[in-house]
Amino acid sequence: MADLSANGAITGSNVAVTPLSTTDGRSLKTALAAAQSRAKRRALLLVLPLLLFILISFVLPIGQMLLRSVHNDAFSANMPVLSAWFDENPGKAPDEAAYSALVSDLRQARADKTAGLIGTRVNYDLAGSRSMFTAAARKAPELEPPYRDAVLAINADWGNPALWQAMRSASTPYTANFYLAALDMTRDPQGNIVRVEESRRIYVSHFVKTFVFSGVITAICLILAYPVAHMLATLPLGKSNLLMILVLLPFWTSLLVRTTSWMVLLQEQGVVNNALVATGTVDPANRLSMMYNQTGTVIAMVHILLPFMILPLYAVMRPIKPHYVRAARSLGASSWTAFRQVYLPQTLPGIGAGALLVFILAVGYYITPALVGGASGQMISNFIAYHMQSSLNWSMAAALAAILLAAVLLLYWLYDRLVGIDNIKLG
Amino acid sequence: MSLPIYATPLEKTWHHIRRILCCLVFLFLIAPILIVIPLSFNAEPYFTFTQKMLSLDPTGFSLRWYDALLTTGMHAPEAARGSSWWRDMWEHAQWISAAKNSMIVGFFSTLLATTLGTLAALGLSRPEMPARRIIMAVLISPMIVPIIITATGLFFFYSSIRIQDWGIPYLGIILAHSILGIPFVIITVTATLVGFDHSLTRAAASMGATPWTTFRSITLPLILPGMISGALFAFVTSFDEVVVVMFIASPDEQTIPRQMWNGIRESISPAILSVATILVVFSVLLLTAVELLRRRSEKMRAADTSI
Repeated sequence: MADLSANGAITGSNVAVTPLSTTDGRSLKTALAAAQSRAKRRALLLVLPLLLFILISFVLPIGQMLLRSVHNDAFSANMPVLSAWFDENPGKAPDEAAYSALVSDLRQARADKTAGLIGTRVNYDLAGSRSMFTAAARKAPELEPPYRDAVLAINADWGNPALWQAMRSASTPYTANFYLAALDMTRDPQGNIVRVEESRRIYVSHFVKTFVFSGVITAICLILAYPVAHMLATLPLGKSNLLMILVLLPFWTSLLVRTTSWMVLLQEQGVVNNALVATGTVDPANRLSMMYNQTGTVIAMVHILLPFMILPLYAVMRPIKPHYVRAARSLGASSWTAFRQVYLPQTLPGIGAGALLVFILAVGYYITPALVGGASGQMISNFIAYHMQSSLNWSMAAALAAILLAAVLLLYWLYDRLVGIDNIKLG
Repeated sequence: MSLPIYATPLEKTWHHIRRILCCLVFLFLIAPILIVIPLSFNAEPYFTFTQKMLSLDPTGFSLRWYDALLTTGMHAPEAARGSSWWRDMWEHAQWISAAKNSMIVGFFSTLLATTLGTLAALGLSRPEMPARRIIMAVLISPMIVPIIITATGLFFFYSSIRIQDWGIPYLGIILAHSILGIPFVIITVTATLVGFDHSLTRAAASMGATPWTTFRSITLPLILPGMISGALFAFVTSFDEVVVVMFIASPDEQTIPRQMWNGIRESISPAILSVATILVVFSVLLLTAVELLRRRSEKMRAADTSI
């Protein structure tokens, strides 16, 4: 293409009157535009297969999953009559028509075996209500009007305004309630948003804990990595490459292997405790408990994430010439001033890159807290796994995941702004 | 890290303290990985050094946990170790079949990740590439998105398209693992393409080479080190991945990390340590391979600039 346009330019300069054109008579402008768009298409074509693959099998599934956090039709799809009553009577206390709708839906639910699903959906908003639905559905076929008294005779709790509020909010398939729950909030019987009672506030504190944890881990990594990266950067290349193996080997070693080794080291009957007891530093009766709590999680995670801090710091420090610090010293700066005002500012890009990367990876960590965290070392990822695998409250898991993902993507965007994704280095 | 001659005594002390600190950090990095190696030869079912091991008494060491790796799950572990014993082991031992599964999944996901990732990296490093920044951000994102979110999303997606019924074994895990490996391939291949001289491909084209010939004999040899180290990264990612496997694999699709996870959570036995030792040796080999590739790539760069 370059040849063609060069020819065009020559012809153009000879015949100054006509607009620039290629040898086959097209105007140079269109020929160039065509060539450029062809090159663009070619580049895009190379990326397209992977982009489609990622969009279809990664971005789409996550989007679908996040949709669950606002969409749950277990109640509205299986209780159509009562849902219609809620639609027609906004804010009204349940009357006989509502109870009759309830009974007709429960009869249908018994036939379709969906009472458990419905109860589970309402149970998310009002704990303990699942069994009421299954019990009432069992008796629904025999109920006689007036339905209000008949239903209340099964269980007086059916008159509870909180239950009706929960059913009303479940009657629309789209709801923000899971986000409210993820932020430790709920709706009172009047429909106002209030914080849940003190003893049941768990998520906000765990989000805070996850972020504080990640911050602490990032800070420890930075403090440990900075002198090491500096040492590696100032040593001759041969020696630093040799020492670099000590950083890269953990990087290449299986995560589970490293977590296992920390379990072995930090157990109550483990190597560290045994060594401390043998040297007399620790009394055999009260060995340090460093495993299955926050201490163990922090130690193991610092070990796992430390290479991600050392490598970007090293990449930034290596090209820094020692002349600047020497010049500062020769002009009378103390070594601390020279470090603070001359060396440190030059390493800021490395600090930013390493700290952001470590923080992003730490916030979403799952494996290590799950294995060595015990009760106090759990992070928000572990709650998502709990709701996925044990409580089966998938909408709640999706709401927590959405909040976590939003935080991570914000940090990722920041990383791209400050460091640039192209600058991620591995080894 | 040499000390200038004008250093004050305070600076000298600080210099030495810093050296000791660095050594401690190196110890912190490497000790936990090395500690499992001697412990895996423990004759007793403990996770700590016994008196006999410390005094280097040969009876304190044994290969029993390595033997346990082979015999767990066998039909007749007590039989004489002839050819039928080895066949039994190869077909039924739990850890062996987990290793086979891990290898199959790792191989195919690496193949997929490397092919698609290299193509995309070639496109991304072209100066004409439109919307480069946003596309790059999307393609790297599997590395950044918390693994539990990826696993949850894939769990629902695969169950909605009923991937288990398609009749292709391991398909779900292979696709998932290749997604996780792709960012590494893109990063390493684009890194080798950073200083790439595009006049080389133009020269080849002007001499009449087809695009395919140009790619095969000009571009490929130059990006090969990046491709291989990207492939190794992708393989290790797959070989070490446990969360996605737990969420989407069927119960009979056991992989080494999943087996280890179960071993750690339920009945931790020193057999785990012998697996860990084997994996450490494995990662040493991989690291050596990557280092050799990096040096080769650096040498080629140096040769380029010297011409």
